[in-house]
Amino acid sequence: MIEDKKYETQYRFAFIDEATKKEIRRKLLKAIAVPGYQVPYSSPEMPIARGWGTGGLHVTLAIIGPTDIFKIIDQGSDASVNACNLRNFVQTMTGVETTLDTQKATIIQTRHRITEEALSTHQIFVYQVPQPEPLRSVERYENKTRQMHAEADYAKMWVSLYEQYVRHGDIMMGAGYPVKVNGRYIMAPSPIPKWDVPNLNNSKAIHLFGAGREKRLYAVPPFTKVEPLEFEDIKFHIEDFKGTACFRTGNTKAFLDELYYDDGSKHFVINDSNYLDKLVQKENPIQHNNHYLNQLDNEA
Amino acid sequence: MKHNSENWLLKVEGLTKIYGTANANSIAKTGPELDTNICPETGSIVACADINFELYPGEVLGIVGESGSGKSTIVKMLYFDLEQTSGTVLFNKAPYVGKNILEQTSRTKRQIRNHLMGMVYQNPRDGLNFKFTSGGNIAEKLIMAGNYHVGNIREKATDLLHKTEVPTLRLDDLPAHFSGGMQQRVQISKAISNQPPLLFLDEVTTGLDVSVQAKVLDLIRVLQQELGVAMIVVSHDLSVIRMLTDRTLVMKNGRIVEKGLTDQILQDPQHPYTQLLVSSIL
Repeated sequence: MIEDKKYETQYRFAFIDEATKKEIRRKLLKAIAVPGYQVPYSSPEMPIARGWGTGGLHVTLAIIGPTDIFKIIDQGSDASVNACNLRNFVQTMTGVETTLDTQKATIIQTRHRITEEALSTHQIFVYQVPQPEPLRSVERYENKTRQMHAEADYAKMWVSLYEQYVRHGDIMMGAGYPVKVNGRYIMAPSPIPKWDVPNLNNSKAIHLFGAGREKRLYAVPPFTKVEPLEFEDIKFHIEDFKGTACFRTGNTKAFLDELYYDDGSKHFVINDSNYLDKLVQKENPIQHNNHYLNQLDNEA
Repeated sequence: MKHNSENWLLKVEGLTKIYGTANANSIAKTGPELDTNICPETGSIVACADINFELYPGEVLGIVGESGSGKSTIVKMLYFDLEQTSGTVLFNKAPYVGKNILEQTSRTKRQIRNHLMGMVYQNPRDGLNFKFTSGGNIAEKLIMAGNYHVGNIREKATDLLHKTEVPTLRLDDLPAHFSGGMQQRVQISKAISNQPPLLFLDEVTTGLDVSVQAKVLDLIRVLQQELGVAMIVVSHDLSVIRMLTDRTLVMKNGRIVEKGLTDQILQDPQHPYTQLLVSSIL
């Protein structure tokens, strides 16, 4: 780490210099003003390589204040290496309180999941995004995709969904299912599972997306319509965990991980570690409320 | 339908495309009289200049001329593939009546293109996406026109393939695996899928063998009579023009040198170039 004590104290609050923070904040305001639109930004150098969560880190460090309470998860877990290191870094550079408790946090940074527990109006959700361009799979040139967004020319994206249905009998997009934000832009919701996609719709929290390697920011403001792309007869659906339950809590209504033990036995466990802890301690955490989850209730 | 000067579908006025930097003399110093379309002063290329014509609903208009005479350039500008240097195109369809469609925003142009126009290119690779199935390619055009029901899309695509005599079993196959004639027929299915009032055919039979050519031409003629769609047919082949079109424009060096009823032009060509063209084929 930093050997020289002189330099250790010379980092300013939240690491990034003020001018760059200002730039990122301005770009974030633009992103919120045009929901789902990808705003290019500076993506300054960080002590970690681009593509390892720098986008999320830029956003967090640009918006964090001394009174914020910070939580960070990686694939639902507070304890993974990426989450722990970034938590330590943010804590060292800002001195803010960190927490594992979803309810208590004011800023939650995430990689590839939305927390299972419902969010509230005082929270900001920050995503680390590897590929911000939803159209990249159908068009490889950036100038073309930008034009397609500008003209709302999304037929190619729709045809790719049609083709998946024709070839495989279903739309084969496990993570990063394309969504339409506020009836206008198609957006890649970072690779969150389909399970989490409905939770973006009409959410109480602000959702900010940072793609450090691709140098793009975008946002979903609170109470904004976010619809997964679906045909009139082929509907979007969330992951099906029928016949499985969390082996620690018996819960059947949460995103589950598949675990293999050394003896070859298979277990399912709730992916969101804080939600799991709360269930184990019988704290009754309140889950997101969406149409797809309610359907599971009705079936049960 | 009776054609008079009022009920045209498409009116083209002074359409010009120049590549490179032109000066005031570029148009005067090129053209069929001087047998060149390269401006001697600036080296700019006058692909077509001062093109005027009307197209009536349900009419088939031919554009004939040697390669490099500017035929395809006109059609590509009308379909917004190329940007014009100057000119006005009026399209007599609500809500575009009285507006120069070439001056609209690219989003409006896309709307016009998706809902009111169809294009069949000489090379199927220009009109089809070879990574998508033939059904997917037709679906693309239907989705562009606002159709989001997979069942309906597939039903319609099957119907179109049947109409264009592509085996419907190949709905979910890639056009890359099709023969040239079949690719061309898939392209035609795609172009007519949203029943546009205006269809552009750019050298559709060039590169196909004669029997397939005859089949494709026959198909186009049947479709034209069934759907009553107005067409602009670009070809260097006079037999294609004779078979398909009602009226013809003859082009040379980027200008229209003669226009009139197709039969009249073929029987009694007036311009020396048209005479040469007709005599070298008939």
